[in-house]
Amino acid sequence: MEIVHVYTKLRAEFGRQCLFSDRPAELLVDVLPDPSLGLQFIHKTPRDQALQACRDMSEHQVNTERFESDSCGINHVEGGWPKDVNPQEMEQTIRFRKKVEKDESYINSTLQLGSVMEHSIRQNNAVDIYQEYFEDEEEVEESQEPPSAKTINVFRDPNEVKRTVTCLSWHPDSGRKLAAAYSCLEFQKTSKDMNLDSYIWDVENPNRPEMTLKPTSPLVCLEYNPKDSHTLVGGSYNGQIAYWDTRRGSQPVELSSVEQSHRDPVYKIIWLQSKTGTDAFSASTDGQVLWWDVRKLSEPTERLVLDPGREGNLDRALGAISLEFESTMPTKFLVGTEQGVVVSCNRKAKTPAEKIVCTYDGHHGPVYALQRNPFFPKNFLTVGDWTARIWSEDIKESSIMWTKYQMSYLTDACWSPVRPSVFFTVKMDGVLDVWDILFKQNDPTLSLKVCDEALYSLRVQDNGRLVACGSQQGGATLLEICSGLSTLQKNEKSLLAAMFERETKREKILEARQREIRLKERSRSEQSREEEGGREEGEESPDQLIARAENDFYSVVETEMRRRREKEDEENQEKGVCEEKEVKDEAETSQ
Amino acid sequence: MAEVEETLKRIEAHKGVIGTIVVNAEGIPIRTNLDNSTAVQYAGLLRHLTMLARSTVRDIDPQNDLIVLRIRTKKYEIMVTPENGFLLIVIQNPCE
Repeated sequence: MEIVHVYTKLRAEFGRQCLFSDRPAELLVDVLPDPSLGLQFIHKTPRDQALQACRDMSEHQVNTERFESDSCGINHVEGGWPKDVNPQEMEQTIRFRKKVEKDESYINSTLQLGSVMEHSIRQNNAVDIYQEYFEDEEEVEESQEPPSAKTINVFRDPNEVKRTVTCLSWHPDSGRKLAAAYSCLEFQKTSKDMNLDSYIWDVENPNRPEMTLKPTSPLVCLEYNPKDSHTLVGGSYNGQIAYWDTRRGSQPVELSSVEQSHRDPVYKIIWLQSKTGTDAFSASTDGQVLWWDVRKLSEPTERLVLDPGREGNLDRALGAISLEFESTMPTKFLVGTEQGVVVSCNRKAKTPAEKIVCTYDGHHGPVYALQRNPFFPKNFLTVGDWTARIWSEDIKESSIMWTKYQMSYLTDACWSPVRPSVFFTVKMDGVLDVWDILFKQNDPTLSLKVCDEALYSLRVQDNGRLVACGSQQGGATLLEICSGLSTLQKNEKSLLAAMFERETKREKILEARQREIRLKERSRSEQSREEEGGREEGEESPDQLIARAENDFYSVVETEMRRRREKEDEENQEKGVCEEKEVKDEAETSQ
Repeated sequence: MAEVEETLKRIEAHKGVIGTIVVNAEGIPIRTNLDNSTAVQYAGLLRHLTMLARSTVRDIDPQNDLIVLRIRTKKYEIMVTPENGFLLIVIQNPCE
């Protein structure tokens, strides 16, 4: 069937514009299926044919020639005998052997071999090379991992006006609760809207404090009672002492009377060991240390004025900033003062004059933290100005060990309750340092930047792993220390004891030497005074001394600055050279 | 001849030496102070091992050669020195 469509056009109409018009659909062709055609084809189920544009390849398998292997055993009998010798007959074998022994090569070889072998035999007899040397020693597990600490939680001050976390105290039983005292210690910076409250946080819940404590004046220090975990005592900014019972709500159960309390903020308050478990003592910069019975806070039970002249004169008293009490030595306690002096006192002295036993002068600024080593109570750690110092009770002239001057002010420190050689310090640049004096003494073993603002307080929990530090903006950060720094190492106590002894001895020797020199000077000056009638030789006047000190100071500062500038210049030069090289390379490659 | 005897006697007299065997190129124990069957066993087995060790050493460095092959076992030490086709085998018990 031919399908044809005819299109005709008059010649006259060639070139005329086309006028298109719509027409309905017209069926042109209809091809119906023809079943008879289907007989010419075979019906096949649908097939899938894959096509690929690639080379044609074919696979072919070939079997190589068979390699026949056979397993069989070999019976070693005496072999190697030449054909004519029957191995069973003794005579023949002996004869053969004798013949070989007469052989030239046999003799030479045997002699040579003999010497070599003798050497080996002697070696064996000399040393047993497989001897087990360290059979009895246990495996020393050395933790190769570097020390680390990670932040677990941050407890932020929920108020708008942020206050400094001035003191932290862990709950005595479990360490699940942390009490934080908030106040503003900066001179006259307390605003009217500042909230006075302090909080008790639950470690697991950093969103909301578990409990609020509402004092009448912001709290500067706060302590849980180690015997009764529901009671706390706090010292406030106006000098009053407040006593809380957490079962009885947020208001203090009792408040000390204003007239009998301190005149300056109470910087530290510590619970004492007593039968009733209700005694505490507090220290403040007004120069007094007061003892209290918390059942009756209207007046202190005892009073001590920190007058170095031992006269009880308040005007000359040293302001106390930190306090230390160790339950193993209940009659002695240490006070750190604003003047940089640590005073050791005896509570049970008969007269007030005898209460102050001795002073340790070491820091240039206030002694912000003071703590005895829990394993070696004779040694204590102080922190003030830019150093941390370790003292021995016997040496009064200077500390036995000290860190080098840090870049920023140290504000708080404490020993680890688990490891005798580890202590923690916090600084004004927001850095927490962990020092391990058995490992490294010049630098902290671990230095962590906790936050951008200054850190003011620090407390280690009794298990030694959790550390809480408080910052200026009211954030208390909880960190976990790695196990290497919180598990007791072997021999640590004995090594540390040896170290302290060594340093104490050194200081003693130095002290003795100093005394000798001074005695000699004195005797010599007395002699010379007798001989020459008081001519002042070699003694500079104070002004000259000051001028000399100034010159020394400036020259040291200038050399340091010059050195730093030179180093910077070197680095810049190197950088400049590198940049030049880079530019040159680029120019080359672009060409 | 006498020197050979002397040498071997000296070796046997050393502390800890249990046995000595001199083996020729065909694997026949020429001189030994152990019983025959033991000597034959040692000779046969150690010959192959020594040849293998020697070829290993020379494969690694053709300039090199095997001097002593020591086999330290739990009970004693077997030392084999090859030379010129002959083997000298000494069994020693190094005392601690």
